[in-house]
Amino acid sequence: MTTIAEPRSRATRKTSRTNAEMIGWIFMRASGVLLIVLIFGHLITNLITDGGVHAIDFGFVAGKWAQPIWQVWDLLMLWLAMVHGTNGVRTIINDYAERAGTRLVLKSLLYLAAVVIVVLGTLVIFTFNPCPPGAPADLLPSFCTA
Amino acid sequence: MTATQEAPQQLGEVPSFEVHLKIRRYLPPETDGAAPYGAPAPQAEAYWQDFTVRVHGTDRVLDALHKVKWEQDGTLTFRRSCAHGVCGSDAMRINGRNRLACKTLLKDLDPSKPITIEPIKGLQVIKDLVVDMEPFFASYREVMPFLVTAGNAPTRERLQSPEQRARYDDTTKCILCACCTSSCPVFWNDGQYFGPAAIVNAHRFIFDSRDSAAAQRLEILNDKEGVWRCRTTFNCTDACPRGIEVTKAIAEVKRAMITRAY
Repeated sequence: MTTIAEPRSRATRKTSRTNAEMIGWIFMRASGVLLIVLIFGHLITNLITDGGVHAIDFGFVAGKWAQPIWQVWDLLMLWLAMVHGTNGVRTIINDYAERAGTRLVLKSLLYLAAVVIVVLGTLVIFTFNPCPPGAPADLLPSFCTA
Repeated sequence: MTATQEAPQQLGEVPSFEVHLKIRRYLPPETDGAAPYGAPAPQAEAYWQDFTVRVHGTDRVLDALHKVKWEQDGTLTFRRSCAHGVCGSDAMRINGRNRLACKTLLKDLDPSKPITIEPIKGLQVIKDLVVDMEPFFASYREVMPFLVTAGNAPTRERLQSPEQRARYDDTTKCILCACCTSSCPVFWNDGQYFGPAAIVNAHRFIFDSRDSAAAQRLEILNDKEGVWRCRTTFNCTDACPRGIEVTKAIAEVKRAMITRAY
């Protein structure tokens, strides 16, 4: 005589009862919309207006980062793009890496790279010196007085 | 006097033609004694086998499979029950797309080329075209696919307006054939994702005005393997033999979660 096996539930799935994935999903959409504005604003001011791409040199960048608005603009762009991109790659790793070990290694590398870039970028934006002493004056922005 | 009586009593002959089937075969190796159900089976090599059958223009893929099984190779194994697109037993990958063999006409598949028939992906093959559906049904059970009510039962029917019924009408059509879930690339990866079918069946009760466990179901699907793993590739909508707008249903569940949280 055979008995019908009891209904099984999958024991392997670990449940996560947080809103983390939902917040991530909403963030991707919100940051995506914001990044469109930020990136196109960046591209237009850098490549089209004021002499276009040929005007970009140390002086141009230094002049931009001397203004708080561009500091905030670039900082926002850096953080949003990095978190957006990192979260995107994280989901790709989740979707494509099959073994837990592969996932762990790839995600560790990803998070490490993201942290390094965000910290380094933030540091550059805030500690940038537009008028390094001893530099030739023709390469510096106009407001530098030697 | 009807038109049929006036017309000549000559029925158009149904055209018949040969089709070439390329079927994915898998024979599990012999084991000593029966392995418990669900235990990992020892693996053998799967291979393609070609069959040529003569079929009518009105025949479906299932008829061709029957012809093979009944006339050429009785060992060919596949599931089918009602054979009319209602029971959801004969989901298989036909020419690379998940379809019901009983709803796919051979004449629509370009019979000049071989027709490939494989088991649905992402679930373990038991034999030939038969897969282990247990993980699929486990996800289905997890979303509580039954009416949950609060308070005393009414003395008569639980009334619902046509508008309230229409809200979830699309997702009532699901026959649990697994075409959608086994067409989902996210499900193919590690099989942890709840899958479109489970979400569709949760949707059917979440938006039912008589049900009172929507919050619980949304909580279950808010899991990291729940609706947020959906990448909206629309494979599920394309695969559904019942024409359910699966991706839309998943999006509606997502929206319900966001409006619940904020």
